[in-house]
Amino acid sequence: MSSISVKNITKTYEKGKVLALDNISLEVKSGELFGLIGPDGAGKTTLFRILTTLLVADQGQATVAGLDVVNNLWDIRKIVGYMPGKFSLYQDLSIEENLNFFATVFNTTVEENFHLIEDIYVQIEPFKKRLAGKLSGGMKQKLALCCALIHQPNVLFLDEPTTGVDPVSRKEFWDMLDRLKTRGITILVSTPYMDEASRCDRIALIQKGKILDIDTLQNIISKNTQLLLAVKGEERFRLLNDIRAYEDTLTCFAFGEENHVVLKSGREKVDFLSKYLADKKHKGLEIKPIEPNIEDTFIKLMLESENAQ
Amino acid sequence: MKVFFAFVKKEFWHVIRDKRSLIILIGLPIVMMLLFGFALTSEVKNSNIAILDFSKDAASKILVDRIDQSQYFTVNKYLHSENEIEGVFRKGEVRLVLIFPQNFENDLSKDKKTQLRLVADASDPNTANITINYASAIIRDYQNELNENKKLPYTIEMETRMLYNPQLKSSYNFVPGVMTLIMMLLGAMMTSVSIVKEKEMGTMEILLVSPMKPIMVLVSKAVPYMVLCFLDIILILLMAVYILDMPIQGSLVLLLAESLLFIITTLSLGLLISVNVNSQQVAMFISLVALLMPSLIFSGFMFPIENMPLPLQVMSNLIPTKWYYSIVKAIMVKGLAFEYVLKQTLILAGMTVFFLTIAIKKFKINLEA
Repeated sequence: MSSISVKNITKTYEKGKVLALDNISLEVKSGELFGLIGPDGAGKTTLFRILTTLLVADQGQATVAGLDVVNNLWDIRKIVGYMPGKFSLYQDLSIEENLNFFATVFNTTVEENFHLIEDIYVQIEPFKKRLAGKLSGGMKQKLALCCALIHQPNVLFLDEPTTGVDPVSRKEFWDMLDRLKTRGITILVSTPYMDEASRCDRIALIQKGKILDIDTLQNIISKNTQLLLAVKGEERFRLLNDIRAYEDTLTCFAFGEENHVVLKSGREKVDFLSKYLADKKHKGLEIKPIEPNIEDTFIKLMLESENAQ
Repeated sequence: MKVFFAFVKKEFWHVIRDKRSLIILIGLPIVMMLLFGFALTSEVKNSNIAILDFSKDAASKILVDRIDQSQYFTVNKYLHSENEIEGVFRKGEVRLVLIFPQNFENDLSKDKKTQLRLVADASDPNTANITINYASAIIRDYQNELNENKKLPYTIEMETRMLYNPQLKSSYNFVPGVMTLIMMLLGAMMTSVSIVKEKEMGTMEILLVSPMKPIMVLVSKAVPYMVLCFLDIILILLMAVYILDMPIQGSLVLLLAESLLFIITTLSLGLLISVNVNSQQVAMFISLVALLMPSLIFSGFMFPIENMPLPLQVMSNLIPTKWYYSIVKAIMVKGLAFEYVLKQTLILAGMTVFFLTIAIKKFKINLEA
């Protein structure tokens, strides 16, 4: 059974001038941890707002827990938990006060659903008297998650919960989501960090309002059969420019010390590249085929999508 | 109901923890009352007066003493010739010069007729008028004393009575004015800013995605400010009665009830502003420029509406403060009963319903522009 269903949703802003979502469809199964992955401005927040009844789509239908986002607006608002991308709690209220307030707004009490938030709340409990505005980024996210969970939602919407949070807190946050999943809560989470894709059951890659692919991370990557080369050299910047200038280069992006290169000719002419670079007098040159990661795959899908237009 | 109380509690936390709003809520009424009560008074007291006495006799001396002893004047200069008059006015040393003719006492007792000259600095016309009136009154009193027990043919005695405010206290004018302005400022501005703040901070986004009905959000935001404004009204009335000695002539209950109505008017104006704007600055700007300025000009508190050109007089009818100001004056100063302020009350109530209807109609249940 699908918990979230999106069918051919299109959304524009400024009277049709800005296209935010372009005819997208996706299904999230009940109890799934589903990741919406794409860069800033891809349309993630717009989709979240349509699903949480904050915006109305121009075209298409969407349901959350079987309820239509337009016709059953008030029923949806009772059963979803929403954590906006921007920290949106009362900064001049303490942790305790924020939590109690949101529990009351959702007609419940902290005690009633404490079991849901217990293992998250214990981490911020020592600071419960501190004002929310004075918390660190990681603690703010934990508090916001507690507030979004306090009414025991069926579906949880987390819009970029880990943006601006340190790596340790990010990892902790995903561990918390894993535990929530075991309670049967469907979670839709968006993130611009590709490396977080591995923590999701399934992901949708989104770019410029279009969905590039929806599948498990492994499947998406394994569908990427093009040969990827890692090219290393001493003069990194000159190397990058030279490879990009090379006529057979399809894409070349810097990844740490390496450049990930895809050639137009695929497997046949790898030797020509190494000769071309050797002619340019690059030292310490190393070229080896590697397995693509999610970012390589995203770039590939993105280019395909752009070329298709 | 529990949600409502949680909201009210939260709203009080906001106010108490934000020093600025606390200062505005409590400090503003106190400061305005004290300012208008003691600093910015339109009563003219202790004006400097110069005397040019050509007679220097007993009668002129008595009159000068009388003037000096009154609370309105201080004799601070004696002139010796008419040439000096212009000099003292130029230096701004005095507001008024009183000139006694030669043989003042003699003329008075023998001819029963003499002339005094009062010269005032009319660069400030209102003050000049007031000082001339005060001085004339003192001179008239003296004259009446002299005429006691004497039968004078054909004298018309004028008896003026200042109704409702026999002592001509300016507090009778400004207390209703301050009440009006404070309510406009706090009711409209604080409410609109506090709602827009929820939009700006993003908390409105979470509140919208909750079972709480938007109209409940608005009402729960408005009620705490209604309570605070009502407390301010009580604070102002207490200060008026106990510090400025201004009695409340009419029914206190009626006055408070009418104030509550006006608070609801200002709150609905605040709501109307808040549903239309998205930043605290714009909300504050609109409240100050579009509400406070017209309120100041058209309430009748600072400038008499009767003197304005007709188009402005018509316009003043659209300003809610005008009606509340006249209600407060009627009840507080004149002690009138409800039937005399019925018209104003109905107009205010009508305006409130109008503002509220638009505000509720325009309120969005989502983030759509």
